[in-house]
Amino acid sequence: MKTMELRVTVNGQPRQWTIAPGDLLLDVLRREGLFGVKRGCEKGECGSCTVLVNGRALNSCLMFAAKVEGCEVLTIEGLADGDALDPIQKAFLDHGAAQCGFCTPGMILAAKALLDRNPHPSEAEVREAMAGVLCRCTGYLKPVEAVLAAAGESSKRAARKRRPAEAVR
Amino acid sequence: MSKRNVVGSNVHKVDGHKLVTGAPAFTDDIEMPGMLHGKILPSPHAHARIARIDTRKAKALAGVHAVLTYQDVPRVPHTTAGQAWPEPSPYDTYLLDSKVRFVGDRVAAVAAESRAIAERALRLIEVDYEVLPAVIDMEQAMAPGAPVIHDEPDSTKIHDPSHNIAGYILREIGSVEEGFRESDYVVEREFRTHRQQHTPLEPHITICWLDPNGRLVIRTSSQVPYHTRRQVAMILQIPVSHIHVIKPRIGGGFGGKQEMLLEDICGALTLASRRPVKMEYTREEEFYMARSRHPQILRLKMGAKADGTLLANQMTVLATTGAYGSHANTVQGNTGSKVLPLYRTPHMRFECHVVYTNMPVAGAFRGYGCPQGFFAQESLVDEIAAQLGIDPVEFHLKNTIRLGDIDRLSAQLGEGKEGLPRVIRSCGLQDCIRRGAEAIGWAKKRQTHKCPSPHLKRGVGMSCSMQGSGIAGVDWASAFLKMNEDGSFYLQVGASDVGGGADTVLSQIAAESLGVTLDKIIITSGDTDITPFDVGAYASSTTIISGGAVKKAAEKVRAQVLSLASKMLETPVEKLECGSNEVFTVCECRKSVTMTDIALQAMYKEKLQIMDGASHFNTDSPPPFCATFAEVEVDTETGQVKVLHVATAVDPGTAVNPMQSEGQVEGAVTQGMGYALTEELLLDGAGRPLNPNFMDYKIFSAKDMPKLTTILVETDEPLGPFGAKSISEVPINGPAPAIANAIYDAVGVRIRKLPIRPEDVLLALRDKERERREEGVAK
Repeated sequence: MKTMELRVTVNGQPRQWTIAPGDLLLDVLRREGLFGVKRGCEKGECGSCTVLVNGRALNSCLMFAAKVEGCEVLTIEGLADGDALDPIQKAFLDHGAAQCGFCTPGMILAAKALLDRNPHPSEAEVREAMAGVLCRCTGYLKPVEAVLAAAGESSKRAARKRRPAEAVR
Repeated sequence: MSKRNVVGSNVHKVDGHKLVTGAPAFTDDIEMPGMLHGKILPSPHAHARIARIDTRKAKALAGVHAVLTYQDVPRVPHTTAGQAWPEPSPYDTYLLDSKVRFVGDRVAAVAAESRAIAERALRLIEVDYEVLPAVIDMEQAMAPGAPVIHDEPDSTKIHDPSHNIAGYILREIGSVEEGFRESDYVVEREFRTHRQQHTPLEPHITICWLDPNGRLVIRTSSQVPYHTRRQVAMILQIPVSHIHVIKPRIGGGFGGKQEMLLEDICGALTLASRRPVKMEYTREEEFYMARSRHPQILRLKMGAKADGTLLANQMTVLATTGAYGSHANTVQGNTGSKVLPLYRTPHMRFECHVVYTNMPVAGAFRGYGCPQGFFAQESLVDEIAAQLGIDPVEFHLKNTIRLGDIDRLSAQLGEGKEGLPRVIRSCGLQDCIRRGAEAIGWAKKRQTHKCPSPHLKRGVGMSCSMQGSGIAGVDWASAFLKMNEDGSFYLQVGASDVGGGADTVLSQIAAESLGVTLDKIIITSGDTDITPFDVGAYASSTTIISGGAVKKAAEKVRAQVLSLASKMLETPVEKLECGSNEVFTVCECRKSVTMTDIALQAMYKEKLQIMDGASHFNTDSPPPFCATFAEVEVDTETGQVKVLHVATAVDPGTAVNPMQSEGQVEGAVTQGMGYALTEELLLDGAGRPLNPNFMDYKIFSAKDMPKLTTILVETDEPLGPFGAKSISEVPINGPAPAIANAIYDAVGVRIRKLPIRPEDVLLALRDKERERREEGVAK
């Protein structure tokens, strides 16, 4: 079988993986032990396999791994900073937004992509951003509340960070 | 009632951290050395005999390690329904058979070094089918001359195989005929319900391997690890003691995983190849090779006095279980036993035929027969209330079951045998109705219908429902606790957390009983080698039954802790209390000893392991109650129904974790809305699935959701641990009838067929318009 070398940054770490040209990103990530990327439909319909590629939420089941050459890939495993959870992860716990947890990585990453480009989304914008990740357990209310709370939290934190700078000025 | 520290608190899920960080917790999140991929060759025909099957080419393909057909495996009639032994479902299923009975039925199975090789091997299996006439329409199944689906001589417990009748039920309390004679108003209607699929985001998946002792290990996404162990042992003809079932984290079940579905064939491939084998349904396979909700045709006849008092309630059901009778009798039994007794009707009759068809197999699905029954009953009650000029809220308050009532139909309709009478010891239904009505703005909205534009009409509707909490006299569970030297406790339960949060709730019950903080409870659940028996996660049983076992075990362990603390503190046990991870005296001296010191004393001074276990069952199944209110907007030009708001008020007894309880309600309501409006697995005339994917089978997404309001009306159930009953199933019953009734309120048409599609609404509106015009002409 023909193989090729893939150079990619995954969760902040440079990686060089040997892949087959037809390998899907989902399969490669799971093969490399990133089991937080879930296989829910393999057709780009459920969003359980969502990862961020250069900050965009994409279905890794629809993407050839070869396409992420030179890209930055973020999976759920790379979101927490050591023991410190990302505000979205923490909000998911606080709001009871994870039930079975199978769609949770995809939900959190879809939310992360949204908050990174729009830190103060409306509820409608949160729902739009998360519409690509299906959940059969929660009815979406608690996940949406969690993301809105995380957005509030991150804007508070940003405000805290800004304050000393303002004092200097 | 003393103050509680852990029960009743919105604690984080005990397994939440691993879920939000994507830790490898699910069945598929391991890689076994040498693992093979198993695949099933599905039948392309709805009904056929395998005249010839040749696997030589498949076996010769490089990388193929096992190919199995009916010629290679034991023939043991069984049911795949994960139920307590002896299962009330017919024994009509075989590991592999020489006959196939639906599109997707197993023809053969292979295990190969990759999924691609396995798929190639399937294509190399040569099969000659003798195609048989198929039964696709359930109304034709019992007709004289209809093809017989189960003509094999060795199946058992089928009611009437020659007429395709898997099960038959007839029960009567009082005399409905008498009831109808005494009634001022009698109405009879037909309702039709459809095939809904569970669609857990994690499809069915099983990984099997042989451990160093040659025992078969089954790591599987199952709600029923113990039933699965027993059934696989029977099917593969190996001792129960040679099987170890491990339930890891489950990615949603909803009843679809109350089923031994891949474990038997995956185990057989492992035994044949002596290699680890993984089998997973693709999403497409999950739709038609797994299970679905039983489609039913219900004829409901009710009689009432002019003042709205209900006198007689007769339900006649024709249901299809598809090609195999998994949960056939019990799901349909529940359509009667859990639905009719909602009303204090003196006369009730329930009759049901469950028929085989050459269709995908139905099974357990959240609500278990009740969503069908309540759709019919609550729609008809709304019609009766309208006819009699009584507000539906008043009608429900007047007629529904209440505290102290005895539900006698349950006694007649136990699961698979005579049941036990159900005494209502806690009931918050009246409060649910009042508070739900308030939340939706009932009084105002029923009078002034807001119409945002001439073709958009709004309306509100309601429904009530109830369920059970475990199967009375059948479901039982056990739990085991042992103390560690840091004062923590290891909790072992057979219960299966399917995602609803059972591990958290059971840990909360243990922590509360032992007077420790939640972090002192380390739980392992659903491992047949490690944890004691539990029937599994179904029938809304886990909180009340498994929780009851945990509470009993914890009380025994607490007694051991107190006994040792009594020595250490030189204080009689009666003067001691547990709390905040210590034991303290309740007298003024206020002495205390920490759990850690007690554990160290026990283990290294007394040479004693503090530990104990307990078993638990109930002889009654206390119902949780639910009132659902929906507000809809109907587009009279397109027939489109948009749900604007669903308010659900539920009585779960005590909510052990209110945040999780709300989550159960919100999830159930969302599935219930899908059942009402968008979800239907469609088959063509030959029994082939037409929409087995998420693009064509539409479940609600975050964007499609209406406003949801959840109200927990807590009561104190004497039979439940800390007063808890159950919550996860009952709210799914409400949306379909509440939405149908809201549509009537909005535009005056009754839709009696699910799902309620725009074209059905539009046709009904046109019919109504035509009738109105014809009436005008007649005048």
